[in-house]
Amino acid sequence: MRELSLNVMDVAQNSVRAEADLVRITVEESDKEDRLTIVIADNGCGMTEDQVRQVIDPFFTTRTTRKVGLGVPLFKLSAEQTGGSFDIQSKVGEGTTTTASYVKSHVDMTPLGDINSTVKILIQCNPQIDFIFTHSADKGSFTLDTRELREVLGDVSLDNPDVLEWIGQYLEENTQNIYGGAEN
Amino acid sequence: MKSLAELKAIRDRAQAEINMRKENPNAARVLVGMATCGIAAGARPVLNAFVEEIAKRGLKDVTVTQTGCIGICQYEPVVEIEIPGEDKVTYVKMTPEKAVKVVNDHLVNHNVVSEYTIGTATR
Repeated sequence: MRELSLNVMDVAQNSVRAEADLVRITVEESDKEDRLTIVIADNGCGMTEDQVRQVIDPFFTTRTTRKVGLGVPLFKLSAEQTGGSFDIQSKVGEGTTTTASYVKSHVDMTPLGDINSTVKILIQCNPQIDFIFTHSADKGSFTLDTRELREVLGDVSLDNPDVLEWIGQYLEENTQNIYGGAEN
Repeated sequence: MKSLAELKAIRDRAQAEINMRKENPNAARVLVGMATCGIAAGARPVLNAFVEEIAKRGLKDVTVTQTGCIGICQYEPVVEIEIPGEDKVTYVKMTPEKAVKVVNDHLVNHNVVSEYTIGTATR
């Protein structure tokens, strides 16, 4: 994958397929500490210990249309090739938490890329699911919680084009703030 | 700064339209393959291009959504178009530029862009 945000989009869809109704995506980055951590946590159906071991294997998939499952292995590789770490915690019936940690300055670090686009597409394509996206950097952090938006929106769906535009701009403005804009 | 008050205004405007659009059985569907293979091949900009072009043209009865891997990873990004009463069409090796053409020719004018379909690609 060219951007970590694409890995996030890919792996977050495992949460969708696990029938989660709440998915938390957290990106914590710090230039000072030279690290970036991505956490994807859901309340979906979860996996057994055996299944957790298997999903790291590229030649394991629950699908029948093809024989390989590269989503999780690619995500794991992206973290480990920077000297970072990768972990999956899962419990059947409770959900799954996937954590990838990166050493930002490593030569093999993949750029985070357009994470806002990933969040927006996930909301657009899964308007029935709630997403809590938190992004923190050296200059602050912000959260987009679709449960709060839903309260305001009433029976208007999150995939309404005007709502999506608002979400996109909200993410953009807040991202500029936590990166410190042009002064950086 | 984007505020929740602004979102309320959006809601009020949308609620006025909402009853007209409810569960339209004639809605067309654009399905973009977004499994690992599709994403790696560039499905995200393709999906964004569909959404933007559909919004630009103000097409109301079209939904754009993601789907999984349908087993033809070598042809990704794959996009399927379903229009009720018409044959389903599978477009392969899509790009944002091709997406714009598919919106204009297929969704608006109901002319399949046959040079982008899987039938042409595998010939």
